[in-house]
Amino acid sequence: MKFDTPATENPIDQLKVVGKPTSRIEGPLKTSGTAPYAYERHDAVPNQAYGFIVGSAIAKGRIASIDLAEAKAAPGVLAIVTAASAGTLGKGDFNTARLLGGPEIQHYHQAIAIVVAESFEQARAAAGLVRVRYTRDKGNFDLASSLDGAIKPPAFFGTEPDSSFGDFDAAFASAPVKLDEHYTTPDHSHAMMEPHASIASWDGDKLTLWTSNQMIAWSVGDVAKTLGIPRENVRLVSPYIGGGFGGKLFVRADAILAALGAKAAGRPVKVALPRPLIANNTTHRPATIQRIRLGATPDGKLTSIGHESWSGDLKGGGPETAVGQTRLLYAAPHRMTAMRLAVLDLPEGNAMRAPGEAPGLMALEIAIDEMAEKLGMDPVAFRILNDTQVDPEKPERKFSQRQLNECLRIGADKFGWASRNPKPGLTRDGRWLVGTGVAAAFRNNLNEKSAARVRLDRAGRVIVETDMTDIGTGSYTIIAQTAAEMLGVPLDRVEVRLGDSLFPVSAGSGGQWGANSSTAGVYAACAKLRTAIAQKLGLDPAKAAFANGKVSAGGKSIALARAAADGEVVAEDMMEYGDLAQTFQQSTFGAHFVEAAVDAATGEIRLRRMLAVCAAGRILNPKAARSQVIGAMTMGAGAALMEELAVDKRFGFFVNHDLAGYEVPVHADIPSQDVIFLDEVDPTTSPMKAKGVGELGICGVAAAVANAVYHATGIRVRNYPVTLDKLIDRLPAIA
Amino acid sequence: MAPSDDFPISRRGLLAGGAASVATAAVARPAMAEAAPSRAPASPPTAKVDFEVNGTAHSLELDTRTTLLDALREHLRLTGTKKGCDHGQCGACTVLVDGRRINSCLSLAVQHDGDRITTIEGLGQPGNLHPMQEAFVVHDGYQCGYCTPGQICSAVAVLDEIKAGIPSHVTADLSVAPAVTPRELRERMSGNICRCGAYSNIVDAIVDAAGVKA
Ligand code: FES
Ligand code: FES
Repeated sequence: MKFDTPATENPIDQLKVVGKPTSRIEGPLKTSGTAPYAYERHDAVPNQAYGFIVGSAIAKGRIASIDLAEAKAAPGVLAIVTAASAGTLGKGDFNTARLLGGPEIQHYHQAIAIVVAESFEQARAAAGLVRVRYTRDKGNFDLASSLDGAIKPPAFFGTEPDSSFGDFDAAFASAPVKLDEHYTTPDHSHAMMEPHASIASWDGDKLTLWTSNQMIAWSVGDVAKTLGIPRENVRLVSPYIGGGFGGKLFVRADAILAALGAKAAGRPVKVALPRPLIANNTTHRPATIQRIRLGATPDGKLTSIGHESWSGDLKGGGPETAVGQTRLLYAAPHRMTAMRLAVLDLPEGNAMRAPGEAPGLMALEIAIDEMAEKLGMDPVAFRILNDTQVDPEKPERKFSQRQLNECLRIGADKFGWASRNPKPGLTRDGRWLVGTGVAAAFRNNLNEKSAARVRLDRAGRVIVETDMTDIGTGSYTIIAQTAAEMLGVPLDRVEVRLGDSLFPVSAGSGGQWGANSSTAGVYAACAKLRTAIAQKLGLDPAKAAFANGKVSAGGKSIALARAAADGEVVAEDMMEYGDLAQTFQQSTFGAHFVEAAVDAATGEIRLRRMLAVCAAGRILNPKAARSQVIGAMTMGAGAALMEELAVDKRFGFFVNHDLAGYEVPVHADIPSQDVIFLDEVDPTTSPMKAKGVGELGICGVAAAVANAVYHATGIRVRNYPVTLDKLIDRLPAIA
Repeated sequence: MAPSDDFPISRRGLLAGGAASVATAAVARPAMAEAAPSRAPASPPTAKVDFEVNGTAHSLELDTRTTLLDALREHLRLTGTKKGCDHGQCGACTVLVDGRRINSCLSLAVQHDGDRITTIEGLGQPGNLHPMQEAFVVHDGYQCGYCTPGQICSAVAVLDEIKAGIPSHVTADLSVAPAVTPRELRERMSGNICRCGAYSNIVDAIVDAAGVKA
C-alpha cells in the first residue's frame, strides 16, 4: 500500500481499541520473569558454550603480538578467536570501527579476542590469561583542542551540514539585543539495563543469532557483510530487548564474536558484553561544543538565529547533528547553522535517543531562556511570540501540525507558571533555593516503510508477524491494538510475533519512527486481509464492516472465523510513502516544565516537579506513550544533572565505564511526573495519523532543568552536566 | 614496546591511567610466559551446595566461582533474575534470601547452603500474578522489562522492611514506625536502576500494592 495522499476516514478512526490506555499485552511475561531475552535462550539450541570478550587496553596503535598459550591451556577452554585466526572480515555498513580489532586498534576496548569455554567462569578466567603486547600510537582525544582541524562533513542521513537563509551576519551585527554564547554537552552512554548479548549457532553455513537488536533487517545485512556470507544464510531473532536507546541499532561485537566463536568451537556460543566493556566497546552520544547567536528587536522579535556545533568521531564517522532543530523551531528572517566534525580516536560516536535534537536543545533552550531575560520577557511568552507555522527556511512549506504554543500555554497553566517571580534567586523554601524552568521540545517525525503478515486462523484468532522490535516502547501492544481495530476482534484474540528476520521487514525501532511506521505496515496488511476475508465470505470488500468478530455487508453478517473454516487466510503487505513528508514538515512538539530546589549551602540539586505537554499526532496507547515520555524525561534529567562520560585525554578512553561510575538517575532523583497529550491527529503521516513520542520526551528536558537551576540560584551553567561544583562558589549569600 | 616519548608515563600517571597500567602490565608479562611453560590445566575446584529455590530443593555441584545469580540463570535456568552489571551496581539481580533482598551477583552460590531463595518466578506466574506483579502491569511500572524482576523483588522486600519498622536514610523520626510514603519508597528503591525511567510509575505501583496488602 502506498501512502501518498492525506488519510481520510478509515477503520482506525473508530478508536474502539486504538487510542485506549491498554496495559501491555506482554506485561505478565515481563513481570514474572518469563519474557526471554537474548542471553536466556537455553531453549533455543542445546550444548551452548560461553564466550568472553577481551577488549583492547590501548586506544590507538597495533597489537604487536598476542600470546594465547596460557589461555588455551586453561581449564575448559574450547577455542580462542582473534583477528589473526578469524579469516577475512568485512565491516558493516552501520559500523565505523571494525568489531574485531587487530592488528590495528581503532579505539579503547575494541574487541580483540573471544575466549570460548565450557562455563562462564572458565571463559572469564581464561580471558584474563590472554597476553597482549601493544604498540601505542599517539591519538587525538580532546574535542576542544581539535576545533581548528574540524571539517565540514558530508550530508549525514539527509542532513546537510550547513544552512543559511537571509543575511545572518548583517542582521546579527545590527540587532538591538544580542546573545552570543558557547555551550557544551559531554559524551553520553546509553547504559541500557540489558547488556548487548547474543547466542550464535551454525547449521552448516547457516547462522542463527538470538540477539538483542533494534533493527533486524539492517543487522542481518551487516552480520552477513561482516562475516562474508550471503544474507539469506543469516537469521536474527530478537523478541525481547532490555533497552536500546540507539545503542542496539547496530550489530556489535557480541553478535559477531559469538558467531566466530561458535564456528571455531563447533558449538553454539553465548556472549554478553561485560558491563565495564560497554561504554568503550560500543557506541555513545558524542560530546558537542555549540555556539549560539541570537539577535532580537527590543520588543522580543527574533531577527537572527545562528547555531554552530562541533563534535568528533572516529575517521569515517559522522557528526552529532545538534543544529537540526534550530532550522525549524523559531521564526527569524535571517539564519545560519553549521556543523563541523573533528577526527577523534575515542570510541565510536553514534545515535542515542533523539540524536541531534537532544544535545542541540540542551544548548538552544538555555540560549532562548537567556535571551528572554535580556529582553525582560517571560520565557514562555518569548517562545510563543517567535513561533512559526511554516518551515522558516522554506516559507512555502507548512508544518502538517504545529501546536507548540498550545503546549506552552497549557503547560504554563497546569504548572502554575503565572505565580513565578521573574527574578532569579529570590524564592526560598527553608534551606532550599527554588526555581522553575521551561523549555520547548521538538523532534522531527520520520516515516519508514514497514511490512507485516497477518493471519486469520480457524479459531478466529489473528496472528501478526513482522520483524518490528519492542525495546520497551509498547510495539507488541499497539500492533495488537491496530490489528484488533482493523479486524473487529477483541485484543485478546490477537497474537503478535516480533523481532524475527523470517518475518516481513519492518521499520524497526529508531528515530521515534517505530510506532507510526510499524502500525501503518500492520494496517496495510490488515486492509489486504479484510479484502481476502470479504471475498472468501462472498461479501463486497468495499462495503464490508468488521466488528464484534463479525463481517457485515449488504444486510448479511457472518462470523469472521468462517472465512478460515477451510484453512488460514493470510495477507502480507508493506506501507510505503509518497512525498507528503516533503510537502509538509512533519514534526512533534512539546513543552517541559521543571521545578528544582538547590540547597543554599551545598548546591545540591533536587527535582521537585516535572511536567511535559506533548503534541505528537494520534496517541495510539496513552499508557505506553506516557511511559515513553516519563522515561525520556528521566533520561533528560540525567543529562541535565549527572551524565557524563569522563574522557581520559592522555590515554583516550571513557574512565567511568560502568554503572557505578557513569551515574544515571535512580528512584530518589526523580519526582512524580506529569504528562499531557494534546488531542491531535495528523492525516499526513499515515492512516494511523500518529507520530512518534519516544524521543520527543527527552528533547528540551535538560534545558528546562538547567533553566530552573538558574532561576533558583541566578547562576547560569552552560556546560553540562549541571553539578553542584559549578554552583557552590557562586551561590547567593545565605541570609 | 615501551610507550613512545610522546607518552612519558610517571608512576603517578601510571596509577591514574587505568589503560596505561593495563597496557604496560601486559607488556611485561610475555617474557615470563616464555620463561615458564604454561601451568598444567587444573580442573576448577567445585563444591556442593543445597538450597531451596521457590519451594523446590536443589542440590548443585558448582565451580566455586559461580555467583548465586549464575547458579540461578545458568544452572537452574531460572532466567527471570537479570544480570545488568554483575558488579552490584544496578539491582537487576535482586532476589529474596530468607525473605531479605540481596544482589545475587554479589554473593557466591556456595555461600547459600541451606538458604531459602525466592526469585521472581516464585512470586507469581502469568494467570496467578503476585499483587506486586499485577500492580506493575496496571501502572506500567516498566518498559523494556529488564530491570523489572529486580524492581518487583525489591519492592516486595521494601514493604516488609517498612512493616518490620526498619528505618531508612529519609525516615525523619526514628521513634515512630516508618510509613509507606513515596519518599520512603524512592529512597529504599534507589538500588534498583531503571534506565527506561519508569520510576514514577513504579512508585505508584508499589503504593497501590501496599494498599492491596493492607
Ligand atoms: S547484576 Fe547484580 S547488581 Fe547489577
Ligand atoms: S524497564 Fe527497562 S530498565 Fe527498567
